[in-house]
Amino acid sequence: MGLVEPVVIAATHELPPAGLAEWAGACAQALDAGDRLVTLFGRPDADGAVITTAVLQGHDGRMTVSRGRASRHEAYPSLTAGHPAAQMFERELWEQTGLEPAGHPWLKPVRYEGARQQRIREHPFFAVRGPEVHEVGVGPIHASVIEPGHFRFMCHGEVVHHLEIQLGYQHRGIEALLLQRPPLALASSIESIAGDTSIAYAWGYCAAVEALSGTPVGVEVELVRAAALELERVAMHLAALTGLATDIAFLQGGATYGRLRTAIINATMRVCGSRFGRGWLRPGGVRAGLTSALRQDLLATLASFSKDFAQVNDLMLSARSVRSRFVGVGALSRKAAHDIGLTGLAARASGVVVDTRTSLAGRLYGAHPVALLTEEGGDCWARMALRMREIDESLRWLRQVLEAPALDLVCGEPLPVKTLQPDTLCVSVREGFRGPVVQALETGADGRLIHYKVQDPSLLNWFGLALALRDNEISDFPICNKSFDLSYCGNDL
Amino acid sequence: MFKSIAVRVSQGTQYIPDPRKADPVGFRGKPVIGAGDCAAGCDACVASCPTAAITLDPVAIDLGRCVLCGDCEPACPGGRISFTNDFRLAATDRRALVVSQPRPDVDPIEVSAALRKRFGRSLKLRSVSAGGCNGCELEVNALTNVNFDIGRYGIDIVASPRHADGLVLTGAITRNMVEALQLCWDGMPDPKLVIAVGACAISGSPFEGSTALDRGFLDRFAPTLYVPGCPPHPLTFVCGVLDVLGIPS
Repeated sequence: MGLVEPVVIAATHELPPAGLAEWAGACAQALDAGDRLVTLFGRPDADGAVITTAVLQGHDGRMTVSRGRASRHEAYPSLTAGHPAAQMFERELWEQTGLEPAGHPWLKPVRYEGARQQRIREHPFFAVRGPEVHEVGVGPIHASVIEPGHFRFMCHGEVVHHLEIQLGYQHRGIEALLLQRPPLALASSIESIAGDTSIAYAWGYCAAVEALSGTPVGVEVELVRAAALELERVAMHLAALTGLATDIAFLQGGATYGRLRTAIINATMRVCGSRFGRGWLRPGGVRAGLTSALRQDLLATLASFSKDFAQVNDLMLSARSVRSRFVGVGALSRKAAHDIGLTGLAARASGVVVDTRTSLAGRLYGAHPVALLTEEGGDCWARMALRMREIDESLRWLRQVLEAPALDLVCGEPLPVKTLQPDTLCVSVREGFRGPVVQALETGADGRLIHYKVQDPSLLNWFGLALALRDNEISDFPICNKSFDLSYCGNDL
Repeated sequence: MFKSIAVRVSQGTQYIPDPRKADPVGFRGKPVIGAGDCAAGCDACVASCPTAAITLDPVAIDLGRCVLCGDCEPACPGGRISFTNDFRLAATDRRALVVSQPRPDVDPIEVSAALRKRFGRSLKLRSVSAGGCNGCELEVNALTNVNFDIGRYGIDIVASPRHADGLVLTGAITRNMVEALQLCWDGMPDPKLVIAVGACAISGSPFEGSTALDRGFLDRFAPTLYVPGCPPHPLTFVCGVLDVLGIPS
């Protein structure tokens, strides 16, 4: 596999749109051949028409873009019946543009945006019928400090036959807002789309506008951004481990992982001023490079962290109560995970070999590779154990970069970023702690943005949580939910 | 058993003894506007601000709108804007959040005798995220961890609105959350208060201009405490609550 960059850029005239049915047919063909659907979306065009875009990733890792053009409310044969991985994309396409995937088994709004905001209570929940079936609805507000979402359990006795997850409560209209503001001044808005994964979003945004403007950022800038991303991954995996331990009342784990996360995010703050990395990455570069003093500071933090982290992991992994609560609970098979297009950590925990740091390594991860880790179980235990191993791998990667004397990470001021090329589409992908964050920016004739499509890995992975809960009990839901650790606002935008 | 003891020994003592005297190294907190005159017609800081938090004549920064991103610092050609790690930014009056060269500090919070009498020994809070990005939510969660440990002051996050004395509001209030937020508030017994956490809740500035918001709730129920930041540092929250209740630390 060559070193494919995690960015594709193309002038829109090089992507002549096919008719809608033809476009959908080509997508189906690529999916039949085993391509992976990276993203699929639409935007309004002149005369009430709709431009559709699909990005597919082939076996060689390369991403290809195909476009279609449709008239308003046009229908096409749904891809979902043959390829369930398309189900969420087609629902979103229908919600945002009105195009109808005919034969979609599950055509419901993703987030109740636009005129549907008044109708979030009317969600047509799937119904399980039978004399002893009962339903339990939870949310949107939950017992702990957590974002809102509604979960509807359809149960027979203790057994959950199906869980339907209905989101949209966090919908802030971010995609429309991004078009109202100057395209080079979006960094802080991008950082708060899903504010626990700010670095992944900010990096993807910076990479896109740099590609669109032809700004040649140095490899040292990319290394610092990648270091920021790994610190974020460590911190957020620790947040999930804290929650998992707390949810099974394994209090020593909760207290220790919480304290260890504080050490990591405070180190991030000493570099860039924010515990969440806000303000660190900006188009053209980084606002804080890593001086030798900061490198020493980070290395010392990681050294003391590693020791205590290994110790508490050993305690967790060897405790019989932890094992009995997590093993076999919320299991999702590799086939199911693959079929529904699960991404990121949740997919890897079910044995699916996907990580865009490997498949879209580019020059950065080509020179400084990250190991792709998987687990086989697909259950809560696997997702917990994989978080521990991914943290260890992030620590190894960080140490290797920070300790290499030949690498200059100081970085100067961010380079000036000039205007964006007109009539161009750019898609960037960054592997955040949940999975690939995909951002697609399209410029119009004057170089201003005419479309900004944001896709959090959670959009696809929420359905994985729903499937994982089948044949489990409602009491298993908190640990299943925490083991996936998905974003509500990233889904709702 | 031995593993558990070993983890406990490594854990040591983690709580911050006196939050008011903490020193969060590196934190980009209170902006400081230096003395001097701006060049005629210069509005570089205003242009650099993503949330329209800065006004001119004199240069003033509204911490209720500011996301502490620091973009204005390199933008000012006169180098007049800098940031300190001062986290004591919470206020009981919305207007007190505006800092400028003549008014460099957020007004200190005055202890409310009524609130102190009612909640000084026990304050139970219910958190509602209404369009947050999980930044504020994670920092509110951090209040109860072993470092910030607000439980030692009788302050707790509770699950049911029925058990709550106050609402911790995060997020810019989306239209899709209006009904649930109101139901939660109505479920809380009187007397009750609102704590607005983060720039989104205080002013909605990060998502201003969106048609997906409805901030009418705050017109009806004015916050008792404003905790600025994006997200706010947990210390800003802790000290704000301790100050308004007059709790020694």
